[in-house]
Amino acid sequence: MSEDPNIIAFCCHYCAFTAADLAGTMRQQYPVNVRIVRLPCTGRAEINMVLQAFVDGADGVLVAGCEPGSCHFIQGNLRAVKRVGQTKKLLIEAGIDPERVEMRHIAASQGPLFAQVSREFTEKIRQLNEEKRMAPTVAVAQGETT
Amino acid sequence: MIVAERKPFDEIFANAGKHHKVLLLGCGTCVTVCMAGGQKETGVLASQLRLASREKGVDLEVTEHTITRQCDAEFFDDTTSRLVEESDAVISMGCGVGVQFCSDRYPNKTVYPALNTEFFGATLEQGVWTERCAGCGQCIVDKFGGICPVARCSKSLLNGPCGGSADGRCEINPDVDCAWQKIYDHMETLGRVDELEEIQPLKDWSHNRDGGPRTVRKEDVRL
Ligand code: SF4
Repeated sequence: MSEDPNIIAFCCHYCAFTAADLAGTMRQQYPVNVRIVRLPCTGRAEINMVLQAFVDGADGVLVAGCEPGSCHFIQGNLRAVKRVGQTKKLLIEAGIDPERVEMRHIAASQGPLFAQVSREFTEKIRQLNEEKRMAPTVAVAQGETT
Repeated sequence: MIVAERKPFDEIFANAGKHHKVLLLGCGTCVTVCMAGGQKETGVLASQLRLASREKGVDLEVTEHTITRQCDAEFFDDTTSRLVEESDAVISMGCGVGVQFCSDRYPNKTVYPALNTEFFGATLEQGVWTERCAGCGQCIVDKFGGICPVARCSKSLLNGPCGGSADGRCEINPDVDCAWQKIYDHMETLGRVDELEEIQPLKDWSHNRDGGPRTVRKEDVRL
């Protein structure tokens, strides 16, 4: 099995972060390579925060917020859905598989779901890494410095 | 404000890839408001360029920096000049004015535009901007209920509407409001609809770009 991928999870304080905490309390196992960044709301997740995570070496980014209709800030999670959609387009332009970023809705009470999503996402990213490792590298001709 | 949109990524990346070190220069005025070339958008493009160069094996170092305005010499401070000098080329996230101003200022550097400059417009709602002024050099909107027929009528008719106006929409595209319907409606609200009977004479277009590139001089404030 290939190396554990680096996963950054931007989690909303009011739901997914609490769910992650609950997952721990419930002794649920989830991959240690998922690093959580707590946000006040997924509406705080700027597009460039996600891109920056990739620049800094993340293999996958999970944005986890409240279920539609239950955002503490009314619609921060819906804004996050849109931004994740836009981030996918920007990643495609940069030649990166858009599947490497994902938006999930996890309520505060869903500790086991957080653990499950973390496992599934880690597995998916591990597979993408594997496919990429097997694929031939693309070289682009570069002009001279002027 | 000036409204612009980012160019397709491939076009920007192709230009960036001709060099090894580029400065991505954002602008903090109009293009920040229309969310095309401000600090945030500069950050996004910088990240994309870094990711794409890593992914495609291109040796490219990207520095990002945003100044208050790219159309005013005073904002090109020492830090900006140093960053420009340390780079092989500049990718300007300013409007066309900013790109040229930057290019004039640093004649030994190629300055690429990252945006397509579209029009003088207003914010209709967050994320939606629309054309309102054509910069014709001789404003006449008062005669048309505050609605510019030059910028907002597809045919710039001063004696409209044309025969294509239907249900308040322009014949060029049903998504576009007929400016002349709006002019008529607003003049009615103002109780001035009878003024529209008056035939507007030919407009003097020499104040427009037809008279060549324009310069405004305000002698009392010149140094
Ligand atoms: S339909 Fe209205 S806006 Fe369109 S060209 Fe005719 S007068 Fe102008």
